[in-house]
Amino acid sequence: MPMDEIALDHGHDAHDHKPGFFKRWFLSTNHKDIGTLYLLFALVAGVVGYSMSGLIRWELAEPGIGPLTGVVEYLYGSTGDQAIEQAKSFYNTIITYHGLIMIFFMVMPALIGGFGNWFVPLMIGAPDMAFPRMNNISFWLTVGGFSLLILSMFTPGGNGVNGFGGGWVLYPPLSSTAGHSGPAMDLLILSLHTIGVASILGAINFIVTVLNMRAPGMTMHKMPLFAWSVLVTALLLLLALPVLAGALTMLLTDRNFGSQFFDPSGGGDPVMFQHLFWFFGHPEVYIMILPAFGIVSHIISTFSKKPIFGYLGMAYAMVAIGTIGFIVWAHHMYTVGMPSDMKAYFVAATMVIAVPTGIKIFSWIATMWGGSISFEVPMVWAIGFIFLFTVGGVTGVVLANAGIDHSVHDTYYVVAHFHYVLSLGAVFGLFAGWYYWFEKMFGIKYNKPIAYTHFWTMFVGSNLIFFPQHFLGLNGMPRRYIDYPDAFTPWNSVSSWGYVITLVGTTIFFIGLVEAVVRRRKGEANPWGEGATTLEWTLPSPPPFHQFNELPVVKTEGGH
Amino acid sequence: MRYIFAFISTLLVGLPAFASQPTPGALGFQEPATRIMERIDAFHTPLTIAMTVVVLLVTLLMIVVCLRFNRRANPQSRKFSHNTLIEVIWTVVPVIILVAIAGPSFSILFYAENEPDLEQIAQSGDLDDPDIFIEAAKQGWITVKAEGMGNWAWTYHYPDETDVDGYPVSFVSNGIHLGLPSDPPATLEKPRYLATDNPMVIPANRYIRYQTASDRVIHAWAVPSFGIKTDAIPGRLNGGWFLVEKTGVYYGQCSELCGKNHAFMPIEVRVVPQEQYDRWMTVMKTGDVEAATELVQVIASADGATRLAMAE
Repeated sequence: MPMDEIALDHGHDAHDHKPGFFKRWFLSTNHKDIGTLYLLFALVAGVVGYSMSGLIRWELAEPGIGPLTGVVEYLYGSTGDQAIEQAKSFYNTIITYHGLIMIFFMVMPALIGGFGNWFVPLMIGAPDMAFPRMNNISFWLTVGGFSLLILSMFTPGGNGVNGFGGGWVLYPPLSSTAGHSGPAMDLLILSLHTIGVASILGAINFIVTVLNMRAPGMTMHKMPLFAWSVLVTALLLLLALPVLAGALTMLLTDRNFGSQFFDPSGGGDPVMFQHLFWFFGHPEVYIMILPAFGIVSHIISTFSKKPIFGYLGMAYAMVAIGTIGFIVWAHHMYTVGMPSDMKAYFVAATMVIAVPTGIKIFSWIATMWGGSISFEVPMVWAIGFIFLFTVGGVTGVVLANAGIDHSVHDTYYVVAHFHYVLSLGAVFGLFAGWYYWFEKMFGIKYNKPIAYTHFWTMFVGSNLIFFPQHFLGLNGMPRRYIDYPDAFTPWNSVSSWGYVITLVGTTIFFIGLVEAVVRRRKGEANPWGEGATTLEWTLPSPPPFHQFNELPVVKTEGGH
Repeated sequence: MRYIFAFISTLLVGLPAFASQPTPGALGFQEPATRIMERIDAFHTPLTIAMTVVVLLVTLLMIVVCLRFNRRANPQSRKFSHNTLIEVIWTVVPVIILVAIAGPSFSILFYAENEPDLEQIAQSGDLDDPDIFIEAAKQGWITVKAEGMGNWAWTYHYPDETDVDGYPVSFVSNGIHLGLPSDPPATLEKPRYLATDNPMVIPANRYIRYQTASDRVIHAWAVPSFGIKTDAIPGRLNGGWFLVEKTGVYYGQCSELCGKNHAFMPIEVRVVPQEQYDRWMTVMKTGDVEAATELVQVIASADGATRLAMAE
């Protein structure tokens, strides 16, 4: 670079020189702006996915096929029996897209793309991500993937309605032309390929950033736990997503080019898809929960005014969870007809995960022990997270046992379990992070009473939705049912009323958001006091457009 | 309500005309009807209690922490961040608990998965062992194959029985309720989304070898009170075994998403005394499915008295 250009660069270093609106938000290379975009995107996708769960709970509130028939009549103009038949397929479509949207377009973009982009560079003292332009591509590919997904919802599925209705797991032959001959599934494959590329690029970016751009003095063993969690998550993404991409490509060629990877009439095997899918799918659930672990660790430490207990144990527990996560996949498939010795192996391997998970739970409590806890909003969410994640975790230990799983596999027990760890675990971690960093990110304060009310309504509501589902599952109610035998009515209606309460909670969340934006109370650099020790709190709120032009030097006990 | 009450009392009194299906407001499993499900139930209960204790322990610790170490009670936080002993304890204790769980877990897994050796049981079975059925073992296996159909029905095949035309006995079993206005009313005898037109029929106290297969997409053949759920996958023959002692009607539902009518392809198993099964099979072999089904609408109880399958 010629001398005069460098001089020019220095001229630009005035901290808050921001590009114009279009260049700033559409061609962004700034990790904080991209983080904000990811968060806004996740908010939009979350509303879509959450509305779908509303349709599900509305339909299941009482026996009989009701509300969805009305939706179908409106969408397709059908009537009578035809409307009911279409409602059945439409229900399958809704559950499928609810799952895909919540996983790929809400939780992952919010936790990894949103908070990861915002705070990994800040926490490790880096000026930006390693590959700022790749970061921008990641985000816009995510948007592209979401557009394809929505488009596929309005494309003929081949099952009487638009969209693909084979569940988020996409098992063939239901996802082959035998089950869904229409182009919706092809668009869905394209959508998942797109989001997959976006995630792999993002993962590379995080790995390179964390490994190479830590501030001087910040060794790996001094790095904040959230950066650790994102690093492990990124490694999981990098290793797991190509396997999904492979399986999806095989499915695509099965559908369009006459290959027969998953078609038994040509020597293929549908179960092979399940193995490939869950080889990706199980790490995927850790991809969703690990960043929440990281966030919760910081919050617990901050508001207990104590360093995190057993820092190294916490970091390596995440590494262990991520590693073991790759060798337990077939516990999702105990009923496919595996040899019993293989099941026994997967039982044993799966139960091992409880050990590092237990270390995390107990270390959080030990962090609080002896602390001086202030119950600020993020802390309440984090404590809620620990409780709910524990409930979801112990049902995981029950499900790990293949013998029992034969009874509860594919029932509402499983639905309750994974919503406890994801919808209540990951999402509570997400809201904890939101309230922890809101002021830092946007430079304004939220209204605390509204935020507390948001917490309590969500806590009560989501427990009311999902706890009774354990009972339904044990008593035999299968998943993905649009209607159920009359005996399942009581708990289903409790569950649906729980949804109504979360609807109030979600409304309160948006009221709080709008209130904060309208009032514009000026945020402080560090509203949380002495307990907040990571580098982002040394910067003003919001941080300058470019930070750490002079790298911070981490001394002895920094980092965690 | 009257029906529900009558149904619950039927379950409580335990009449021979036993029916296994979900119960309104139930918190746990349906009543076990096989040794497999009894074991699952017997293992699940203490496991759930242990897991509840874990949750309560975590909750209790958090309550203690919140009371003792809040800002008012403890204005000055301590700064420790390590304690090797406690870290070793909370690593080792869960390992011990998990090993303790693994023992019974493997035992029920292998019991359910490994087909018993009937010849060995028949010859040298221990008369006092409650888990083996020597008389049943002497009569050998009855094999039933449940094939999931692309049009959301189950076809039951009895490969060891040959009908008058020389084919293995088989018939289609459709759910009678499809969520449509034209559905027949749900009654105690024909519960909604559980009853079928032609149930699968097996004799009580016989070793049953079941197989699952599918012609187009994946289904799962499941009967909760048997503790059985096996995917029916195109290109594969899966299966297992069970033995039901009590006559009665046992319901299950398809348990792997299979498309539009996934919720409407129930499984109905009528367990009848051997003589009634033989009569049913004789008629079934003539190809008159309706007449055969008619024969098992009333299940003869073990003591010979004939009662309605689910009398009020």
